[in-house]
Formats: sequence, structure tokens, C-alpha cells
Amino acid sequence: MLTLTAISRSFGDHRVLHDVTFDVRPGRMTGFLGANGSGKTTTMRIVLGVLAPHGGEVAWNGRPLTAGTRPSFGYMPEERGLYPKMAVADQLSWLGRLHGLDRPTARANTERLLDRLDLAERAGDQLEALSLGNQQRVQIAAALVHDPEVLVLDEPFSGLDPIAVEVVLGVLRERAAAGVPVLFSSHQLALVEQLCDDVVIISGGRVTASGTREELRERYGAKRHELVVSSDAGWVRDLPGVRVVELDGPRAVFELDAGGDDQAVLRAALERGAVRAFSPVVPTLDEIFKEAM
Amino acid sequence: MSVSFTAAARLVAEREVKVLVRTKGFWIGFAVVVVGLFAFTVLPNAFGGGATPVAVVGSQAADAFGSSEDFDVRQVDDVAAAEELVRTEEVEAAIVPDTTGESATGVRVVALVEPPGEVVSALATAPPVDLLEPAEVHPQERFAVILVFALVFMMFGMGGAAIAQSTVTEKQTRIVEILVSAVPVRAMLAGKIAGHTLLTIAQVVVLALVTPIALRLGGESELLAVVAPALGWFVPFLVLGFVLLASMWAVAGSMVSRQEDLGSSMGLVMMLVMGPYFAVMFFSDNAAVMGVLSYVPFSAPVAMPVRLFAGQAQAWEALLSLGVLACSVAVILLLAARLYEGSLMRTGGKVALSKAWARQD
Repeated sequence: MLTLTAISRSFGDHRVLHDVTFDVRPGRMTGFLGANGSGKTTTMRIVLGVLAPHGGEVAWNGRPLTAGTRPSFGYMPEERGLYPKMAVADQLSWLGRLHGLDRPTARANTERLLDRLDLAERAGDQLEALSLGNQQRVQIAAALVHDPEVLVLDEPFSGLDPIAVEVVLGVLRERAAAGVPVLFSSHQLALVEQLCDDVVIISGGRVTASGTREELRERYGAKRHELVVSSDAGWVRDLPGVRVVELDGPRAVFELDAGGDDQAVLRAALERGAVRAFSPVVPTLDEIFKEAM
Repeated sequence: MSVSFTAAARLVAEREVKVLVRTKGFWIGFAVVVVGLFAFTVLPNAFGGGATPVAVVGSQAADAFGSSEDFDVRQVDDVAAAEELVRTEEVEAAIVPDTTGESATGVRVVALVEPPGEVVSALATAPPVDLLEPAEVHPQERFAVILVFALVFMMFGMGGAAIAQSTVTEKQTRIVEILVSAVPVRAMLAGKIAGHTLLTIAQVVVLALVTPIALRLGGESELLAVVAPALGWFVPFLVLGFVLLASMWAVAGSMVSRQEDLGSSMGLVMMLVMGPYFAVMFFSDNAAVMGVLSYVPFSAPVAMPVRLFAGQAQAWEALLSLGVLACSVAVILLLAARLYEGSLMRTGGKVALSKAWARQD
């Protein structure tokens, strides 16, 4: 397990991370969400040792991270980049060797990954000759070529078309299923929603929410309900302890004050006529995200 | 599965070498030097050398040349025939008997548009000259050798700019983040310097082997005998001098984030490469200045071999200078490593040296 404990970091007088603490568990995809400038990339750079923390500690399986254990990490930086004038396959197997693979293993891994990412026929091309989307796939291959024990990916899906997203998703899921903890950041919340097991939300350099996707939904969403009746639902506004969030003819979305009883609302609705639907609203990650900010 | 420092440095060096030898510019640059070297030694003979064709009329004129190998003497019957050969430019000049009595030697020289200096001086009776301190080599040859040493060093010194290029490419593409997360920054620096130094050594060795061939082809065997020891010294000086410059090129590259900004940080290194070149060219006749230059680390690689070549320095002086150079290489490498580490991960504008030194990240 990758553990971040009370990581802090400043640039000059500007403090960008405040006691950032969370875990990335093996075999799970952890989505790292936050607005621009919230500290995602800085946190990831610290995990990779590209930046030094000013406080706190990153530990891998209970031991503080050292230069010796870090090469077993796979990293995809936010700002993409590989050698533009180096052939794709040469580049990947060189990076594999730089991360400690021997030459034959590096070659074999490169071949397998290029095949998996539909890039086999571009193996001999210079990177700069590839389209941006394909360069992005090579970048993902670069993070995976040495069979890393931990994956840290900064915005791995930005710039990918939907087919490429599926391919990359498949590859990442395989790694997670093999027991690798995967930490990835993204702006595409819908994507994170279907992909991640755990969520960490960071805002202004502070972790404002973290847990499994279900936990977060319960924590942020249990108070909200949707009611659909056969006639106008405007009367819901007048019930004590109920705040209407949305009202559209027969449909109302409301929140209950602390101690409020959802069943009382249902009974009131039944007294007035037919009830077509009554259910707690499962919030989208988008809503949780906005609320947790 | 972490790689050791040396393994990482070796991988970096391997990549640098592979990338560089795949560029056309590398081979073109090297070919130009080799071709230039041959042209420098062989061409003067091909054009200026060889026997000068002259026509002579009468035995007296023929005797004046004796058995000189510098002239290709053609005996013709009369003055008119000789003049015809001059007009058709088959000969450089014609030597005919003087009938006016003006000539002390009894011959006249007929040429087309201007007096043929070579022929005239061959006919003149020059007084004997005694040199008290005869130079081993002709001053022109000496200057040529100095020029070649200085040019070759400057060329390799400038070639080190490839290190700055490769460093800034890594920064600009941000692959540096992946590299830094995998291997120590110092291993990257060591690998870059080692890779480019190896390539330079290979080129210098080829040049050092080709130079004697070129000199022999050019018929400059005596010059070769004088140059050879200086050439032998030049190789270690050049290699150490290159490492010195290479570490500075690497720092220059690490200080900026984009190729376009490279010019601003390369200025100082460029001056350190060009400076010795001009200094040695200007002061090659000033023994005192050359003496100083031959111990200053940046100019020593050119100045000391030149002094050895001119017979102005003893072997112990070369060894001492080499020692000074080696020590400065060690110091500069340490400084460069710290500056490289301090500036490599900084992006944005040009990194101030003081900030790179402080390493406050």
C-alpha cells in the first residue's frame, strides 16, 4: 500500500499542500480529483520524488520511499514528453532498462505493450511522426514498460479518443487486477466514476474527501431524495424540515434537515394521490466533487 | 529492481552516443574536418608544388639552372620558339641569351605578364646565409600547425553544445520527470559527459591517426617528425579539456527550459571555447603570454601542445599543466553536478546560477 502522511509543500511563500494524507490500496484504482491548481500534480510529483516534500512522508508498504524503491513506480507526468527523435520501440525498451530491466525483458515488454495498445506497426517510427493521440498511448506504454509495482498517472485520459480511452482503461484495469495500486488524476468525472474504486478529492491543497466511491456517495448523497407524483408537486415546499432543491411539475428533488424523516414525506404524498417514484438520489461524482470542494 | 549509478550512467551515455551518431550533422562535421586536414597538407603541393616548366635557349642559359629539380627545363632552338611557348603558356618563362650586354649573367628572362619570381631568384646569385638559431620548421608551417590545433580544439569544444541541446530537449519535453523519478540526476550528468567524451575521443583518435597519413601524402615527412610528439600530447589535453567544457555545456542546458532560450545561457561557455582559440592565435609569438596560457585550464589544451611543438616547453611542464587541468576538471565537475541538480527540475525562465546553487526547491 502507498501511504501519504501529512505531506506539505510550498513554492516560495505560497503553500500549495496542507497535510495531504491518503492511501492508495493495492489492486484498486484510486481517482484523484481536484480543480486546476488544487495540488494534484504537486502531490504526484512528490510521490515520484521529482519534488521533495517540505513535511510529511510517503511510504510504500510501511517503509519510507527511497530512491532505491522508486524505480518500481510507473509514472505518467502531466506534461507529456518523450524523446521526439527516438524510435518508439527503442525509446520504450531504453526506459525499461533505465528502470532496471535487462535488455531481452525490456524488448519483450515493449513488444507486448505496443501490441496491446495497437501501436505495433509504429514501433520503428520516430515519436514525433505519430499523431498526438498515438504519442499519448506511447506515453502510457512508457509508464508500464517496466511492470511497475505502483502506477501514478497524471491525467492519463486527456487527449485520448473514446476508443483509445477504452484500450487504456483495459490495460490499467489489468494492472489493478494484478494487485498494482493505481493512482490517477482526471478532470473527466464521468470517466472516473465508472473507473475508480476509491476517490480522493483535493481542494486548495487539502484533502476534503476520501474513501471508496460508495462511501462518498453515502456520505454526500443520503440526504437527497427524488419524488414523482401524478399532479403538481409544489406542496412539498410547505412540509416542515424539507428543502426543495429542484421542482419541475410533478417531480421534486428535496433535502431533509437533520433528523428529518423521508417516510413522512412519502406518506404525505400518498395522502394526496398516486406516487410514481420515490427514491434516494445517488449523487454523481460531479455533485460530490462540487460539494466537497 | 533499481539500477546502479554506473549502470544508469552507462545507459544514458549509450543513448547519447546512439542518438548523436544517427544525426547527419555529426558525420558531416567530422568529414569536413578530415577532408580539411587532407586539403591543408596535400593541396599546397598539388597546386604550388611540382616542377615549373621553363624554356631555355643556348647552353649558357641551361647551365644557369644546373640540375635543379624545381624546374622542368625544355631546350628550344631559338628565341622566337621560346617566346611562342611563353605565349601559349606552355612554360612559365623562357631564358634566352642576352645580346644587349645589360645582363651580368648573360641571360634574359622572357615572361608573359609579370616577372616570374621563382625563375628570377633561381638565376640570381644570392649571398650565403648563416642562421644562428635555425627554426626546425618554417614559420608558415608553424603557424599552420598552431591554426590546426586551435581549430580542432574549438571544433570539439563547440561540439559539446550537443550536451546542452540534449539536456534542454529533456527539460522541454518533460521526459526529465520520468528520468529523475528513475535514476539519480548525477548519473544522468555523468552519462551525458561520458557519452560525448567517448565520441570525442574516438574522433580525436581517428584524427591523430589520419594526420600522419595526410602529412606523408603531402610530402611533409620532416614536419611530421616535429609534429608527432605535440600531437601525442594534444590528445590527453584535448580529452580533459573537453570534459571541462562538457560539464559546463550541461549546466548551460539545464538552466533554460526551451531550445529558444539556449542562446542566453550558452554565451559564457562559447566565450570559454572561442577565447583560447583567439588568444593562442594572437599571442603565438609572445612566449610570455603563451607560457601563461599553457597553464590556464581553458587555453592549456591548445597552448601547451603548441609550446611543445615550438620547442618552448619541456615534458615536465606539459605534465604539470595536465595535472592542473585534471584538478580543474574535478572541481568543475563537482560544481557542475550541484548546479545541474539545482536547475534541472526548474522550469519557466532562465534559472539564476545563485538559485541553482542554493538548491532551494
